[in-house]
Amino acid sequence: MTFINYASREINCKIVYYGPGLCGKTTNLQFIYDSTAAQARGKLISLATEADRTLFFDFMPLELGTVRGFKTRFHLYTVPGQVFYEASRKLILKGVDGVVFVADSQEERMDANIESLYNLEENLRTYGYELMKLPYVLQLNKRDLPNVIPTDELTTELQRKGEPVIEAVASTGAGVFDTLKAVAKQVLTELRKA
Amino acid sequence: MVILESRFHHIKALLARLRLDSSARLVVLVDKDGQQIAVHGELGDLDTTSLASLAAGNVAATGGMARLIGENEFPTLSHEGEKESIHICVIGRVLLLVVFDDRSSLGLVKLRSKQLSHELARVFAEIEKESAAARANSSLPFNGITDEEIDSLFSPA
Ligand SMILES: Nc1nc2c(ncn2[C@@H]2O[C@H](COP(=O)(O)OP(=O)(O)O)[C@@H](O)[C@H]2O)c(=O)[nH]1
Ligand SMILES: [Mg+2]
Repeated sequence: MTFINYASREINCKIVYYGPGLCGKTTNLQFIYDSTAAQARGKLISLATEADRTLFFDFMPLELGTVRGFKTRFHLYTVPGQVFYEASRKLILKGVDGVVFVADSQEERMDANIESLYNLEENLRTYGYELMKLPYVLQLNKRDLPNVIPTDELTTELQRKGEPVIEAVASTGAGVFDTLKAVAKQVLTELRKA
Repeated sequence: MVILESRFHHIKALLARLRLDSSARLVVLVDKDGQQIAVHGELGDLDTTSLASLAAGNVAATGGMARLIGENEFPTLSHEGEKESIHICVIGRVLLLVVFDDRSSLGLVKLRSKQLSHELARVFAEIEKESAAARANSSLPFNGITDEEIDSLFSPA
């Protein structure tokens, strides 16, 4: 839920990166963190297992700048992808303003993408949100790997509602900021009609 | 959620009172989604944004455990460390988080937090009405924002 404070003149929004395990959600945040000036971002918090898998969430606050005298801040979260983390994944979606679905472009991860996307829609529904009405971006990640499915095929399979589809290689940063920008823009546009 | 200036100052005053009454180091008010609403006390270089997000995650996780065992929610949580401790009190859709050390005690912090929670619940009932009203009469600051204004956020100055 967007949070507007007239005293400190701040607007805070919550964005969640969703997707199957190992699709590159944490890598998206890590790249944003590494390439943002220290004064524009807070700490990157990673609640991970010893094997470096996201256990609960990653979190990073990011300040974009000022619009109409209000500081615009985005709180970026990732969810754990593995099926057995369902309970914690659901918790992170509470109060979400925008979602990025990070798809793993590799052939062998197609089923995992579909399952995760279905799971996203279901979890949103438990909070009364509709994916169809929410600011939303589809990122096709790992485009650098040899065994990827062509983007038009992936788009046909995974695009839900004409949302922006962005090709990415999160490990080098390609497409990472385009993705963030596309979702942030939709979130702010929502506020226009609020 | 929309917090008007006068409300914000009222909340800050309540937090200041709680901090004094409980001899706490720091008092933070957090939205259940993880947004920090207000903070009062000895900040030092403490990262309260992260603290807020983790507190909300903590409450969400223990709330999930509560439901698994047939409880609705755990209304308070506390974590006691060697020197510093944390007490969290769930008040509707906000969390009142107190950081304290051996100048205080868990009993005192619990008592004072509980005493303040009724007043905070009233304040947030008002805030909820004001937020709904602001949405309804389109008086939010971003109303009618242009594409150029949004784009300006993403182009380096
Ligand atoms: N080749 C390649 N590897 C990537 C890309 N994005 C992420 N990875 C790697 O995939 C693995 C899982 O990434 P991670 O961000 O932890 O996935 P998460 O489970 O979605 O958070 C890591 O080893 C990353 O370095 C990409 O675009 N290309
Ligand atoms: Mg991860």
